[in-house]
Amino acid sequence: MNQLIFASSWSPYLVGTLIGILSWLSFLISKKPLGTSTTYARASARLGALFVGDDIFEWKYYQQYKPVLEWQTMLVIGIVIGSFISALLSGDFNLTFTPVTEFESILNQNILGRIFSAFAGGILLGFGARLAGGCTSGHGISGAFQLSIASWISLIAFFVGGAAAAFLIL
Amino acid sequence: MESKTRLMKGLGTGIIFGFLLHRGGVTDYNVLVGQLLLEDFTVAKIILTAIVVGMIGVHLLSDKNIIELKPKSGSLRRTIPGGLIFGAGFALLGYCPGTIAGAIGHGSIDALIPGLLGIITGSFFFAAYYEKYSESINKNNFKVNTLPELFKLNHWKVIIPLSALIIIFLVWLEGMGF
Repeated sequence: MNQLIFASSWSPYLVGTLIGILSWLSFLISKKPLGTSTTYARASARLGALFVGDDIFEWKYYQQYKPVLEWQTMLVIGIVIGSFISALLSGDFNLTFTPVTEFESILNQNILGRIFSAFAGGILLGFGARLAGGCTSGHGISGAFQLSIASWISLIAFFVGGAAAAFLIL
Repeated sequence: MESKTRLMKGLGTGIIFGFLLHRGGVTDYNVLVGQLLLEDFTVAKIILTAIVVGMIGVHLLSDKNIIELKPKSGSLRRTIPGGLIFGAGFALLGYCPGTIAGAIGHGSIDALIPGLLGIITGSFFFAAYYEKYSESINKNNFKVNTLPELFKLNHWKVIIPLSALIIIFLVWLEGMGF
């Protein structure tokens, strides 16, 4: 047991199984599937208001997804905390700016390159998630296991687009 | 605002989810990019296992009317371009919306500042685009939401073969040495 708590990594099959079980619990306890990306959309109204003013809260998208603190916002904050706890226990907490990787490129080893790749990548990720209607967790896991057509197409498109872009830039 | 109990349920679920994502290694840039370059299959193993376990459990619970499923709706014009753009962003940033929160938790400043700011900016761009073009964005939605409805099959006739297919793929993947 001690070994499991301090081990730096667990088998992906164990982790996948536990995430599957967490999904049952999420439906049972909160009546909602696991998902994360809508939280960033809600937060974006607050950031946008700094540039375009309070009219933004009347926009159709923000009427549908109001910038309020809700279940999923807390889930995203929880992910930060949970990962922090796991990293502390396994001695894996490190403040880093450029990721340690064997796939070295100016996009991830140079500070300016990394600011560019993270910011530009984030923009595409945020826009794409909203257009597709979910992300790797909402579509890729929760949507796929509910057998949603939109989720299976999105999941495949995530990895096709991701592999194509990764081979191109790295 | 939602009740405090409900917010706490979200927080608790998130803490477990974040713990698992970190332990699974998928809050690590290297593992995520390694998957996109088809060199490390940790992400696929976790997602596919979670799909099989999740799928069987939630359908059993929904058959007994204990829970209500909420399969997402969509259209080809949203999911295909949206998915491909998302993928390109995933490759550049090296994290996705859930794993970036986990990366922040283990100290990645690139995730916390430019990454998070980028995702929020991209979401804002979408809201602006939606403000003008919502009608065209929302066109041609699928008439039914799920694969069993599409094929007019009982859901177990999709779940069982799909689970078998995923398990065979994972066994093959291990056999190939991934």
